[in-house]
Amino acid sequence: MNPDRYWKINLRYLSILLGIWFLVSFGASVLFVELLDQVRVYGFKLGFWFAQQGAIYVFVGIIFVYVILMNRLDRQSNTEGA
Amino acid sequence: MNVQAWTFVLVGLSFALYIGVAIWSRAGSTKEFYVAGGRVHPVLNGMATAADWMSAASFISMAGLIAFMGRDGSVYLLGWTGGYVLLALLLAPYLRKFGKFTVPDFVGDRYYSQTARFVAVLCAIFVSFTYVAGQMRGVGIVFSRFLEIDIVPGVLIGMGIVFFYAVLGGMRGITYTQVAQYCVLIFAYLVPAIFISLLMTGNVIPQIGFGSTLVDGSGTYLLDKLDGLSTDLGFAAYTDGQRGVMDVFAITAALMVGTAGLPHVIVRFYTVPRMRDARTSAGWALVFIALLYTSAPAVAAFARTNLLTTIVDRPYSEVPGWFKNWEQTGLIEFHDKNGDGVIQYVGPASDLENELTIDRDIMVLANPEIANLPGWVIGLVAAGGLAAALSTAAGLLLVISTAVARDLLKKGFMPEISEKRELLTARITAGVAVVIAGYFGIDPPGFVAQVVAFAFGLAAASFFPAIILGIFTKWMNRDGAVSGMITGIVFTACYIIFFKFVRPDLNSSEYWLFGISPEGIGAIGMILNFIVAITVSRFTPPPPASIRALVDRIRVPGEG
Repeated sequence: MNPDRYWKINLRYLSILLGIWFLVSFGASVLFVELLDQVRVYGFKLGFWFAQQGAIYVFVGIIFVYVILMNRLDRQSNTEGA
Repeated sequence: MNVQAWTFVLVGLSFALYIGVAIWSRAGSTKEFYVAGGRVHPVLNGMATAADWMSAASFISMAGLIAFMGRDGSVYLLGWTGGYVLLALLLAPYLRKFGKFTVPDFVGDRYYSQTARFVAVLCAIFVSFTYVAGQMRGVGIVFSRFLEIDIVPGVLIGMGIVFFYAVLGGMRGITYTQVAQYCVLIFAYLVPAIFISLLMTGNVIPQIGFGSTLVDGSGTYLLDKLDGLSTDLGFAAYTDGQRGVMDVFAITAALMVGTAGLPHVIVRFYTVPRMRDARTSAGWALVFIALLYTSAPAVAAFARTNLLTTIVDRPYSEVPGWFKNWEQTGLIEFHDKNGDGVIQYVGPASDLENELTIDRDIMVLANPEIANLPGWVIGLVAAGGLAAALSTAAGLLLVISTAVARDLLKKGFMPEISEKRELLTARITAGVAVVIAGYFGIDPPGFVAQVVAFAFGLAAASFFPAIILGIFTKWMNRDGAVSGMITGIVFTACYIIFFKFVRPDLNSSEYWLFGISPEGIGAIGMILNFIVAITVSRFTPPPPASIRALVDRIRVPGEG
């Protein structure tokens, strides 16, 4: 795989994952928090839960998904030395 | 054993552990001193990063801040964790591949400019000093309250410990002591959180407990009860927001981007062996941070509920022992304005009748006492607070010493300096920095608390755009990057200085630009930096071919 193609695939992963990052942090927890607060889950209002719990779990998930995707891409392109 | 004996034993044991680790992992070369030889295991580096990152502010102050801010407290939770996504996806792997030792190294090389390097060095030193002063203050508070030692000897002991392992061990010593400190601090944070969650909701996991019903048999959800208590006293409902959406948005953004741009966090990712390890390591760092950061809002809700139910509207003569203990430190104050001997605590609407002032910092420190937990838990919290403060202080001191020894001398004024002298300079600088930090801890200038906004704002408005443009474009040139950084810094600094120092009387939302507080203005500074950098680069010569090759090289894994 040539470096340009490697970089393009990387940029595609990044834009999707950063889109999710934006949605859970600035979307669910800031811009639409009042809207989501209409929904109750367990003892939490949903918007409040995203702002103080949910977004953080999603952040962890995003990083590990990226780790897995990039490790696979590295293997395919076989450019990882040492 | 009483509380104080437990505290002495636990703090003493943890200090002995740090010193032992430091002796075992001394640094021999500059590479070991700056980046631990680049051979740290990604999971261990994640743990060290978590301890490096979680400061006295995270451990001692954050849950208290959230307890008083309610939902708005999420700006800290989101800002200080969301930044790791940016770090793992956009910065850490490429900076690791670039492979030098510091952030100014990257900025200076990528923008082929000593000016860019110098601007970056000044920012790194300023940001780190701002931060380290707060850590030493945290050490002082813990010592004075829990060990009943004066702040001065307390800070001196803290300085001695940090001096020992940061100056001798460099990054290698710091890394392995930080791993030990993470274990101490997370244990110390979770034990009381679990205890209190069990006591109040019967649920072992605090993250679930604060969404559960109370154990009093009423079947009421804890958060509903807290909302009710708050509105009854004239406060806003706990789960509602007070700040404007624009302001919350900007503060969150500034804290996220600032986190990703903080030099003492970035430098940790130079210590792992390969590019892919930098990504994995950032993921583990966030796992370890999230353990504390998802517990903090639970602790906040528990502490707030406990506070409102145990002392409000009680006669002063019947308050529990912890109240009087903390009154002596001045962190909690009661003025019986109407002379009825009862504690009235009411919201901002009827400020004149309020008789109770509570410093947010005691919410975590006093929490075990408020919940009547055993003495060893209280001692553990003291050891945890010290671990958080010392680990962060050490990381920052290393950035300062590296900035002076490497970026200023080796790469700036004295390029012919030998490795041995460079190492000696780094150690002396670390020593001098410890002394200055200690001075700030003992005699904090009034502005320390106010300049914390600076640290994040400046990191967001200076480093972040320069690094991102340096990796993700090949056309960004020296002139663009330097003018962008300077615009971002000057704008952010002027805005903060104006509202915090020149006209603090105007510091309210009606005078703010777009309703954005000084805490969040770094986000606008960052945008200005991007705009100016891109515009200037269009009208100035493109970077040389060697720089384009450098960018190609850092984008892909592998040697060469």
